[in-house]
Amino acid sequence: MLRQAQHERVEEDFAVEAVDLVKDFGETRAVDGVSLAVPSGSIFGLLGPNGAGKTTTLRILLGIIDPSSGSRHILGHERPLDAAQEVGYLPEERGLYPSMHARDAIAFVGALRGLPLSEGRRRADELLNEHGLGEWARRPIRTLSKGMAQTVQLLGTIIHRPRLIVLDEPFSGLDAINQARLEELIRKQAREGATIIFSTHVIAHAERLCERIAIIAGGKVAFEGSVDEARGRLRPIVRLRTRSESGSWRSAIPDTARQHGGEWVFELPEGGPEPLLKALIEGKAGIETLAIERPGLHDAFVAIAGDVAAQAMGQEAREQ
Amino acid sequence: MMRHLRSAYVIARRDFAATVLSKAFIFFLLGPLFPLLLGGLFGTIGARVATQTERPSVAVVGTQPDFSRYSTARNQLAEAMGEQNVARLIYVVPSAAERSDPQRILARSGISARAVLYGSVSDPRVTGNLGPEEPLANQLRLIVKTAQAPASRAPAIRITKSSGPSNGLSQDRALTGQLGQMILFFLTILLSGMLLSQLIEEKSNKIIEVIAAAVPIDSLFVGKLFAMLAASVLGIVVWVGSGALLVQLVKQGGVATLPPPAVGWPAFLALGVTYFAMNYLLLGAVFLTIGAQASTVREVQTLSMPVTFAQVLIFGFAATAIGSPNSPEALAAAVFPLSSPMVMLARGAELPEIWPHVAALAWQLSWVVLILRMGARLFRRTVLKSGPPTKWWRLGRA
Repeated sequence: MLRQAQHERVEEDFAVEAVDLVKDFGETRAVDGVSLAVPSGSIFGLLGPNGAGKTTTLRILLGIIDPSSGSRHILGHERPLDAAQEVGYLPEERGLYPSMHARDAIAFVGALRGLPLSEGRRRADELLNEHGLGEWARRPIRTLSKGMAQTVQLLGTIIHRPRLIVLDEPFSGLDAINQARLEELIRKQAREGATIIFSTHVIAHAERLCERIAIIAGGKVAFEGSVDEARGRLRPIVRLRTRSESGSWRSAIPDTARQHGGEWVFELPEGGPEPLLKALIEGKAGIETLAIERPGLHDAFVAIAGDVAAQAMGQEAREQ
Repeated sequence: MMRHLRSAYVIARRDFAATVLSKAFIFFLLGPLFPLLLGGLFGTIGARVATQTERPSVAVVGTQPDFSRYSTARNQLAEAMGEQNVARLIYVVPSAAERSDPQRILARSGISARAVLYGSVSDPRVTGNLGPEEPLANQLRLIVKTAQAPASRAPAIRITKSSGPSNGLSQDRALTGQLGQMILFFLTILLSGMLLSQLIEEKSNKIIEVIAAAVPIDSLFVGKLFAMLAASVLGIVVWVGSGALLVQLVKQGGVATLPPPAVGWPAFLALGVTYFAMNYLLLGAVFLTIGAQASTVREVQTLSMPVTFAQVLIFGFAATAIGSPNSPEALAAAVFPLSSPMVMLARGAELPEIWPHVAALAWQLSWVVLILRMGARLFRRTVLKSGPPTKWWRLGRA
């Protein structure tokens, strides 16, 4: 009874809850004590460079592989496959049967999740028309472009209207237009009540889409929380340009401030903007420009995951 | 359980459609017909050559009444021994030179005779390329002897046709069992090898991730196995006609002349179908498990030869049961799961009890389940890199 109540609570509050997941591949520890709680109905981003353990974590959550230790609940189920009919999954390495027609491929993925084939074909036709691929519905996958095939697979992921959608690097390999379409599709699914987890190494996508994120580095969760909380870990950045080069106002500039081309860059002091402004005005600094910037998710990522991980992420994003 | 079966059905339906609706399947269906057609073609040519070489002709020089008596005697001999087994007689009118030297007839074009029978019926002589004790010489002696004897009717013998058992029946039933076993073996070796490469497509196009996230690996294995069984059964239905033709070739008079199996034809045919399915499922489950470990087509091709040899060994083991179904070897082969279907089919031809078949089918089915579970666990462990090291005593809890 108690367990039932606990499961109901878990299902109600969190679509996914993982506790202390560990996965060893031989001597290599790929996932090292990952704990996550993904609120129902949210868009949740899993950030980290390649090799951080994102895909392995997702595969454990979905039941493709079992963890070496730890536990996970998916939509209230202890065994992920018990929730399979309510879950959609787009793997990082895309794959479809090349000889299948687009609508059949989508319906097949739906059928794997319990959707009757005839209903799957009907919905597939609708979705393909909606995404401008109506005329490709009865053509083999092998004749589709990479972007089209990727869209077909994505449609297969949502054909059965899952409550939880897991997307592993969904933006990888897409051009800018298709990336924007995918972002809109994710938002639409979230508006309709689905929980979405996606992994990415492009921070901009997470920044635009996610309500909550987890930053994974070296198989560990370095941060889990809202995007605002991640940013909140850093103080706002002040960019100041003055006409005066010296004066009593200089005491308001922290020792850690850096100067680039006549511009001071430093973290906003603890007291906030008012004391700083007061000191600058009273000290006759002659404010030329003053900007107080909220740190971006990338800055937060650097601060949380470290420079090396951030550089790796940047490198991967550029390669894409 | 129902979810597992439904998932297996989804996989099976996709695989069956993908196999049967492909152009390659037409060649698959036609494949076994090629050897039959070639066999028929070369068989006809061979038969013609054999007729010409094995059924010699003898040129007859003499009066028309003498030839008529030789011919009548020869036909009587052919009725007893078969037309194909008695030399042909050709009436020849010799030239003057041939009359003085009958051997010249053998060199005449258009007459391919091995010997010349000349002189009169009362004083016959033979010249030609044959020794005095050769079968052709003995045939000529019988023909001449019959031709010399006054015409008489064949003695009347009262013959009663019997349908009861005889000493030879058990041997004949063993032949039926052997034939059934061979058909089972060849069908399985032809068809189950395909399962080696069944998971290559999913692994190479990465759809395995989508499937593994949606359905249990056991369902994937079961679905693939039954899809290929269904495709094979479809192939067999097409080949049944060819099989009947083969039996016609093997034994003149066709299936009707084969001795009835101990369990009777209907039960034997039902057992044949069931044991084929079991044999396919058992070997197929093993091949699927082995093939699932391969990641490229090349690896599968490399595996094909040892797998074929293993099948031949198993067939050899099963063949020890022929003729002595209750011997220790036969019982061991019946218990060993991979040879069990072949052994039990042969047993059905030789012994009438049905209950051992019920027990054997249950035994074989349990092994199909066990092998599939082991295969699925092995696949999860080695390919998907999932789970702790396999503990065999926990297989049932997978």
